[in-house]
Amino acid sequence: MEGERRASQAPSSGLPAGGANGESPGGGAPFPGSSGSSALLQAEVLDLDEDEDDLEVFSKDASLMDMNSFSPMMPTSPLSMINQIKFEDEPDLKDLFITVDEPESHVTTIETFITYRIITKTSRGEFDSSEFEVRRRYQDFLWLKGKLEEAHPTLIIPPLPEKFIVKGMVERFNDDFIETRRKALHKFLNRIADHPTLTFNEDFKIFLTAQAWQGPGLLSRMGQTVRAVASSMRGVKNRPEEFMEMNNFIELFSQKINLIDKISQRIYKEEREYFDEMKEYGPIHILWSASEEDLVDTLKDVASCIDRCCKATEKRMSGLSEALLPVVHEYVLYSEMLMGVMKRRDQIQAELDSKVEVLTYKKADTDLLPEEIGKLEDKVECANNALKADWERWKQNMQNDIKLAFTDMAEENIHYYEQCLATWESFLTSQTNLHLEEASEDKP
Amino acid sequence: MEQAPPDPERQLQPAPLEPLGSPDAGLGAAVGKEAEGAGEESSGVDTMTHNNFWLKKIEISVSEAEKRTGRNAMNMQETYTAYLIETRSVEHTDGQSVLTDSLWRRYSEFELLRSYLLVYYPHIVVPPLPEKRAEFVWHKLSADNMDPDFVERRRIGLENFLLRIASHPILCRDKIFYLFLTQEGNWKETVNETGFQLKADSRLKALNATFRVKNPDKRFTDLKHYSDELQSVISHLLRVRARVADRLYGVYKVHGNYGRVFSEWSAIEKEMGDGLQSAGHHMDVFRGYMCRYASSIDDILEDEEHYADQLKEYLFYAEALRAVCRKHELMQYDLEMAAQDLASKKQQCEELVTGTVRTFSLKGMTTKLFGQETPEQREARIKVLEEQINEGEQQLKSKNLEGREFVKNAWADIERFKEQKNRDLKEALISYAVMQISMCKKGIQVWTNAKECFSKM
Repeated sequence: MEGERRASQAPSSGLPAGGANGESPGGGAPFPGSSGSSALLQAEVLDLDEDEDDLEVFSKDASLMDMNSFSPMMPTSPLSMINQIKFEDEPDLKDLFITVDEPESHVTTIETFITYRIITKTSRGEFDSSEFEVRRRYQDFLWLKGKLEEAHPTLIIPPLPEKFIVKGMVERFNDDFIETRRKALHKFLNRIADHPTLTFNEDFKIFLTAQAWQGPGLLSRMGQTVRAVASSMRGVKNRPEEFMEMNNFIELFSQKINLIDKISQRIYKEEREYFDEMKEYGPIHILWSASEEDLVDTLKDVASCIDRCCKATEKRMSGLSEALLPVVHEYVLYSEMLMGVMKRRDQIQAELDSKVEVLTYKKADTDLLPEEIGKLEDKVECANNALKADWERWKQNMQNDIKLAFTDMAEENIHYYEQCLATWESFLTSQTNLHLEEASEDKP
Repeated sequence: MEQAPPDPERQLQPAPLEPLGSPDAGLGAAVGKEAEGAGEESSGVDTMTHNNFWLKKIEISVSEAEKRTGRNAMNMQETYTAYLIETRSVEHTDGQSVLTDSLWRRYSEFELLRSYLLVYYPHIVVPPLPEKRAEFVWHKLSADNMDPDFVERRRIGLENFLLRIASHPILCRDKIFYLFLTQEGNWKETVNETGFQLKADSRLKALNATFRVKNPDKRFTDLKHYSDELQSVISHLLRVRARVADRLYGVYKVHGNYGRVFSEWSAIEKEMGDGLQSAGHHMDVFRGYMCRYASSIDDILEDEEHYADQLKEYLFYAEALRAVCRKHELMQYDLEMAAQDLASKKQQCEELVTGTVRTFSLKGMTTKLFGQETPEQREARIKVLEEQINEGEQQLKSKNLEGREFVKNAWADIERFKEQKNRDLKEALISYAVMQISMCKKGIQVWTNAKECFSKM
């Protein structure tokens, strides 16, 4: 597992503070397909301080390499270092608490939109204060996501809730929609906070703390689209075996989770329709009791049993929509996310491959090429390692989350049936008691 | 509970079913038949034990249903279902039963029996037949009369019908009923020979016609309202129940879809290896539980169908109640008409005798206009009228008596019916609770097991 690191590797001097920021440069000699090269790489990375575009991207990656490392070369703040190490094993020792609440509607001449209040509480040194309160809109979350993807192209960034809900006639400002979105946004930020690398991202900090917020510029939004188009045009050649497997898993997982999502939504719908019919069922017995003198009590009791079961159904439904549906849906979005990550990884590799091709087949400009190729090889190495490490972490989380969600669903069902059982059993008891009373009264 | 003295033509004399005690014990249950199978409690049984008679007991069952083809009245081929009716006599002392009769009948013959009973026992709340066509169906149940589930439920319904008659203090002694159980061939002819169709008052069938009764009996008016309410509320209940059943079916069945997905997922997990083998296995187990959960709804709803049938019987009983009310209404109407007619004749007579014309009559006018009638003519007319008046008075007297008898007997049977209904409906509601409990227990079991799968993964 990536967890075991070369902590013994001596750090070189001049390592800048705040490893999450893209300061530490990347590059370095790649270890062929190894998973434990990060620390060594880090040392060599430091030497290359040039500001090249891809380097900057790469440097951001470099910082990520240590995400699973116990290396002391990461962030200098001791507290955050301890937490860095502990992140994966004991998420309870986190030092960053985020809540998303209080959706508010804002009306301007051009548009209407919703903002959400974000409260951050932290004990981290690099934050100026221990508590922050800001307001952000969905667009801003999109900006943050884009920034994170830019900085860490092969890390599994948590998904955002969809822009629009395609099916149904859900208005953008429907209460249920807003609440669902709020919960998902809350999840989004917390997932970032829990991620060993992403949690130290500078843009993340800005997002959580900046009061004067201009919002995402038009250009940066455009930049995302351009990048997306570009990446989709690269082919997939020479993909290493492990990534082939990963890709297969992702495709299959995506299929399965989508199906599970559909089934779960359908179950909710069926339960709702059952509930709607049941609501009508109980009252009929009350109506009946009005014309039956001798059966009044029995009929009324049956009616109240049915009503209680109805309430239990309602509870079951809400349990489903709290526990199972959002989790499954998040993983549907995650599966799309993963495909994007695979593409980006492929793209990085394609860059390398194309340069290698040039070197192999064309003899022109071969001077600078080896150096370029060297850098790209490092880049690929880092990207692959980052992804692999994050993949393991993601898979573990996924299994836990799905397991928990289904366990919750099972519990909701158990609870539902237990409640109904108790209701009907007490009805039976009361009827039997009544019968015994009547029988003893009849005795001469 | 008083009953009318048995009509010698209708009742079995002598009959193997006759009580060994005094014939006017009158407490109809003198003929005690133990109703089996449907678990019906015979009111007769109570009075039987009460009177301490030693009696032979009869068991009736509709034990089989068979598809047959034959030719109908138009000589066209048709398919129908025939039902096997077996009658056993049970020795009281040792409880052993001997098959005494067994024959096949089809639904239309049951209908004929009931029509006959309706005509000859108008003061009795005649037990209803199970429905001819499946109604209040939810989507899975076939509305097809040939569907095996429908046939099975109908078999039970027909058995119940016969047991109800057999446990009725008066109806059980009917000769035609006895022949229905014992004489396969020629039974239809025998019934038709009674001429009951002619006796049937066609006005009873004209449901929409209202007869303006000047002095309605409040008890019967109330009973009619009650039967309307009963019919309306049970229909409503059955309709909603069918919809609830449909929805419940949907909820259970959708869970079955999890089964397929998880089984495919478990294959992936198993392929991935690295310690996820057990996850795959537990997914398979989970799949099994989801499939079992999904299919458990079939049995649950089948049980509920029997509950619905119990309610349906009382839905149809409402009709039988209404029939008794209707009969009473007609009798009352006829009575009032007869009284009115008598009164007017007396009036006419008096006028002729005294020579005064107080009431307008066409004859009176014409005689005034076209000349007086002779004293001899007048005498003749008076004599005719006096005869008619005499006759009318006799008829009125007997009609009154008939009416009072009817009310007395009808009301006795209605009381009997009420007690039966209260018992049966209470039992049905309790059985519904029992079904719900069983369903809940199954649900708890499946989901507890399912939860374990995930905790073990």
